[in-house]
Amino acid sequence: MTTSVNPGSGREPAPPGALLAELTHACPLHCPYCSNPLELARRSTELSTDEWTDVLRQAGEMGVVHTPLSGGEPLLRPDLERIVAAAEGAGIYTQLVTSGTGLDEARLAALTAAGLRSVQLSVQHADPRAADRIAGRPASFAAKERAAALVRRAGLPLGLNVVLHRDNLDAVDALIELGVAWGADRIELANTQFYGWGLLNRAALLPTRDQLARARETVERRREQLAGRIDLVWVVPDYFDGVAKPCMGGWGAVSLTVTPDGTVLPCPAAASLPDLDPPTVRDHPLAWIWEHSAAFNRFRGTEWMTGPCRSCARREEDFGGCRCQAFALTGDAARTDPACALSPDHHLVREPADAGRSEPPPYVYRRPGAVPAPAPPSPPVPTAVAAEG
Amino acid sequence: MPRTVAPWRPALAPALMLRHDAVRGRDLLVLPERVVVLEGHGGTVVGLCDGTRTVEGIVGELADRFPGAPVADTVPAFLDSLRQEGWLT
Repeated sequence: MTTSVNPGSGREPAPPGALLAELTHACPLHCPYCSNPLELARRSTELSTDEWTDVLRQAGEMGVVHTPLSGGEPLLRPDLERIVAAAEGAGIYTQLVTSGTGLDEARLAALTAAGLRSVQLSVQHADPRAADRIAGRPASFAAKERAAALVRRAGLPLGLNVVLHRDNLDAVDALIELGVAWGADRIELANTQFYGWGLLNRAALLPTRDQLARARETVERRREQLAGRIDLVWVVPDYFDGVAKPCMGGWGAVSLTVTPDGTVLPCPAAASLPDLDPPTVRDHPLAWIWEHSAAFNRFRGTEWMTGPCRSCARREEDFGGCRCQAFALTGDAARTDPACALSPDHHLVREPADAGRSEPPPYVYRRPGAVPAPAPPSPPVPTAVAAEG
Repeated sequence: MPRTVAPWRPALAPALMLRHDAVRGRDLLVLPERVVVLEGHGGTVVGLCDGTRTVEGIVGELADRFPGAPVADTVPAFLDSLRQEGWLT
């Protein structure tokens, strides 16, 4: 009597089932793999409580049933309880995606009372010092441990989300053990996706093939042991596997992202596409954006495909991979994702993946202003006026 | 004296939300990381799992509501399968 949700295949796009709400780009952590854009939205441009309430009402009417409340750190929004209540009122299941910093018993009680259903907590490493170094914040690990205990005590399901890279892949076993000790229902072991800050820090984060092989073995072994108790999810390292990921389940197919300032994107990384001209909830109804905006129709279906994707048997399975990765590596968002072994650009992921650096560069931590913004056009330099003449 | 085992009174696990999806005209179980479609009368059955009714009670109510349907054969197995998934407690 059950099936999984599939996108429709009619002419009108099937309605979205999920809306990723990036409530703020402010964050107490500074993780170098963050997939937020390098140009972080300022707090002064963030949507108001009323604007989020209206977005969630529209989303519920369109058929959205699930909303991860993310960021940045969503707990930095003082109106988070009201946003949760708005989602609940719209019939939308909410999950808090948090660093754990700033969660205390009273806050969690208020969120739960407003209708919060589950929590996903990020973890950087099983060793507190290593974790704090990766997060770029002292005592952040201790805050996570407290947050996990609070979530368990409140009876909410707890997922741990670990972004994997060269500095924590060797600790996968300890990370899984940590999840067991903290009472997690699910542990997502997600190999770094190289967008935004992650791409900027790629040389520091890329693991070796040996590290990956060992971690994969560990996960398989622990998955058997933990079957029925903890859901262990391994998100593939697409630079290494030669297979493009079915990014977002297809462009504008099942999910949309609303960024802190109300920009609506088919995928959280799509802000990086320079000519996408994404619509905003401040200008258009969400349903129009989903169905009719140029941005959401740009890579829908398979018509836009180029190169090996056009005749590929997998084109309805991986949708050509990731548009943002194609753009980031080739400069053309319509090319086959270079992660695919069939891509003519596959060397663009193979070469860095095989480089196996012994001396990785230091992290560029995620902070506003850490990367110089593109310089504004310089004013014309006044030329000296000849005094004689 | 043999101990009596309290009969199971199925209840939806706290992490889950059962809701009707008016846009797609179907019943859904929404979980932390996924959405499951309840086909046929699956949503009606789960809707009765409020922790007060026994399996027998649920079957009885459904038999009254859907005369002639093979509820006594199918419903207990369906409830068991949801319990196996951890969706009913």
